Formats: sequence, structure tokens, C-alpha cells
Amino acid sequence: MSILVLADLHDGQLASATAHVVAAAQAIGGDIDVLVAGEGVQAAAEAAATLDGVSKVRVADNAVYAHQLAEPMGALLVALADDYTHVLTSASTTGKNVLPRLAALKDVSQLSEVIGVESADTFLRPIYAGNAIATVKSDDPLKVITVRTTAFDAVGSGGSASVEAVDVVVDNAQSSFVKQELAQSDRPELGGAKVVISGGRGMGNGENFKLLDGIADKLGAAIGASRAAVDAGFVPNDMQVGQTGKIVAPELYIAVGISGAIQHLAGMKDSKVIVAINKDEEAPIFQVADYGLVGDLFEILPELESKL
Amino acid sequence: MKVLVAVKRVIDYNVKIRVKADHSDVDLTNVKMAMNPFCEIAVEEAVRLKEKGVATEVVAVTVGPKAAQEQLRTALALGADRAIHIETDERVESLAVAKLLAKVVDEEQPGLVILGKQAIDTDNNQTGQMLAALTNLPQGTFASEVAVDGDKVNVTREIDGGLQTVALTLPAIVTTDLRLNEPRYAKLPDIMKAKKKPLDVKTPADYGVEVDSRVTLLKVESPAERKGGIKVASVDELIDKLKNEAKVL
Repeated sequence: MSILVLADLHDGQLASATAHVVAAAQAIGGDIDVLVAGEGVQAAAEAAATLDGVSKVRVADNAVYAHQLAEPMGALLVALADDYTHVLTSASTTGKNVLPRLAALKDVSQLSEVIGVESADTFLRPIYAGNAIATVKSDDPLKVITVRTTAFDAVGSGGSASVEAVDVVVDNAQSSFVKQELAQSDRPELGGAKVVISGGRGMGNGENFKLLDGIADKLGAAIGASRAAVDAGFVPNDMQVGQTGKIVAPELYIAVGISGAIQHLAGMKDSKVIVAINKDEEAPIFQVADYGLVGDLFEILPELESKL
Repeated sequence: MKVLVAVKRVIDYNVKIRVKADHSDVDLTNVKMAMNPFCEIAVEEAVRLKEKGVATEVVAVTVGPKAAQEQLRTALALGADRAIHIETDERVESLAVAKLLAKVVDEEQPGLVILGKQAIDTDNNQTGQMLAALTNLPQGTFASEVAVDGDKVNVTREIDGGLQTVALTLPAIVTTDLRLNEPRYAKLPDIMKAKKKPLDVKTPADYGVEVDSRVTLLKVESPAERKGGIKVASVDELIDKLKNEAKVL
């Protein structure tokens, strides 16, 4: 078994997701190489070399891989894939964008959002918004897999893998980067936060989301939102937790003014402890919450903030 | 230009699904089916491009059982001009769907192909990207804005942490995210008119595509149930439980 892990980058730096994907690769077993592709990614490659279990880091540092556009990234992976039995990356928007291109070009299926490894060819993945778990066996010669990072604990960073350059350069005349607007935030990343506090339609408006700030600061929490809150324009889309947004599994998830639609539960029901604050005691969220508090969030939130 | 839009018949998103007793799959007998929500957004975008004069013809296509023609008729009622049904009762994986759609792209030569970003049954999020790879066309996935500009299309994409805009040469493949648009409802007269619009029925064999897969579904299970929790009476009690019982504070 030889496994290639495509590293996740965030602003050119190695993202925490990669350590989780390497853990999934260890569960499969075999030699693990990490591919770091982008522009100006030497520091990310050195960080990847410290991840436990990694044999070798391969670096494709070239302007054509800047922003990891799908067309050149797909071509790069195709050029490298013959050395491997498995290619893995996280189920981030980049991973989801790039990996199916590799799979199709190698004429194999892709297994998306894998949450468990049974063996080198048999994997668990959620279907129907997480309301069923499928066990699937792939007989493809190359397994192309995106990993749901919250399902695997990150590996440590005591390793010292070798770093070598990849000199594959591909052409890309089809797509070009125009611009990027990233939401600025000092809080922990939603996907990796130990505590998440989310607001729903019950927050009433975007202004009221400020009620969550003080609590988030005291708990070191990331702030999320339900699709209803995003669709109502209260907060930007990248805060959305759910089947069509981010999947989170923190130690503590606090749902405020969220009814608990299937769509939302798919994004957070693997949290260790769930707290629901809602004025409707019949809300479905209380069926999954470990601790429920029925009441008016506009009274409860300030009280909670002052008592933490 | 011609716009091709792919739609899928899936279980209605409001239905609480049941796993079959023998764990072979999810039970779909007598369950309400509908057009995949992301495909509705794709149809809406195609129809809006036609209303703006960018698209000259909108062709809807689906792969699936005979009943999937209901979803094609819905697309026709929403404004598609004609439809192609590739009929099969097999379980068709994303790769096979992409291969079939690639043949349709080859035949129809659309300027733009629009798909949903994922189907809410398999949650794969693969078909659009695979189609782009197989047709050697650029892709704009998870689109929240699509602006055709001459021989290019600017696609604003929803990425982790924010938005990214890419420029793609046409023809191109676009997959829709939730915020791209708000799909319209089909009006009764349009539903009646849609019954008369052309709908071609083909089979995978007509395109010379094998739909079998090397991925086997071994088992489907319900996820572990969460234990029923308790309701607390006050903020003080909540904080006490989180500190001393759950030990997460």
C-alpha cells in the first residue's frame, strides 16, 4: 500500500485538516507521502514533514498551482497517481473540487466524506444527510478518497520526513484566478474548534448575533449558524453548519434559536455534548441535545455570558 | 448558446429516511420523490440565462428509471425547451453518470453545462467535476454567481472561509451552490404546456456506456442514536452540568 495525501493549505500555510487526513491514511496502512502543491509553499512543506507517519513530502511549487485551481491540480495528481494505491485529501471545498477530476481521468470511482476505514478497500461513509451510514467496498485499482476530518483524530508533529521537489508542471489555459474574499475572523476555525456556538432563525437578525460574541470569547469558541440564519441574511454563508455547509464535531456545541432540521443535524450531531437553547420546547433539536434549556434566548444569553 | 442542465430524481428532502431491515439499502418504496434541490437551482439559473438572452435553448437531461421523467417534466414546466431521458433501472454511480453526460455534451455541444453541486441522497459531490474532466472542460464548482462575458464565464465560488472568483473559457461546466438563486415554482399553465414539449428517451447502450461499477454497497445502517438528554431549569444548572457532569467547561 502506498498512499498520497494532498495537503490542505490555508493562506499558503499548512492547514490543520492535513494531520487528520494522515490519521485516516495510517488507518489504511502503508507508506504515506504528502503532496504540497501551490505557490510559495516551502514553509507548508516543512510543516507537513513534521507530521507523524509521513515518509516523504513532495512539493510542487509553481505559479500554475497557485490557489489550487481544479484543472492544473487534477492534471498534477494524474501525473503522480501511478505510484500510489490510494489518494486521499480532506473533504474541504478544495478537496471536493479537485479529487473527482483525478478519479474520472483515472477511470475510477471516488469515495466521498469517508468517516471510517474497515480495510484498505472497505470504507464507511454517510449518505442521506448522515441519516444512514453506508459500508462500501471498492475494487478499483486506485482508491480516490475524500476524508471527513472530524471523524479522525489528528496525528502528532514529531516526525521528520524528507522533502523533495516535484518537477511536474502542467499548462492551464482554461481557468484563471480573478479574486478572493475571505471572511476575517480572530476566532478559531469552525471545522477545528473545540467549542462551537451557533445561532439560528430565532436570533431574529444579524445584529443579535453579537449576543454570541461574549460567550464565544469566554469559551474560545467558533461561531456558526443554521442555514435558516444564513438564508435570512443574518450572517455570511461560510458560517453555515449543516449538510450543505460545514460538518463539525466539537466537544461542546451550543445551538441557540435553532429548531434542528435534518439539514442542520447532519452538520453537528457527532458533537460530544450538545446544548440547545430554544423557546419552543417541542423543537426537534431537544431530541439530540444532552442538555436543553427552554426559554427566551434574549434573557438566557446575557445571563450565560455573565455567569461563565 | 445552448445550455445543458442535468437533474436528478431523489427522495424529497423533508422525508425522514428509513434503513431497510436487511440493511441492504435505504427503503424507497412509497416514499415521496422530488427533484434534487441543487438541480432546481441549476434549472433556474439556465432559465434566467435564457431570459437574459444569453442562452438560446435550455436542454434538461436525467439518468434514471422511467419515473424520473416526472422531474424532466418539472424542468420543462420551469422553462427548459426539451429534455433527454437516459433510462436505466440500475444503480448508477457518479462516474457512469458523468460518462453518459459527456456523450450528451459531445452530441449537443452546449456552451455551458449546469449541474447541482451534490445530490442529497448519495451526498457525493462528484458528477460535475468528473464531467469536466471527461470532456476536458474547465469547471466552476459551488457557484454563487455566474456571469457570462463573451467567450468567458466568471464564476464566484463558495469556498471554505469565503468567496473565490475564477474566469473560465467557454464551454464550461458549472455546479450550483445554494445561494446562486431562488428557484421559481412551476405555474399550472406551464405544467400543462410542458406535457407537449419534446422528451427523447435513450438508454446507456445507445451511448455505448457501461453503467456497472467496481464499488459495492455492502451494508447500510442507521447512525448511532444519541441518548435522550435532559432539560435543565436554569442557566446556573446548565453551567453546573457542563462543568461537573459533562466536564466540557
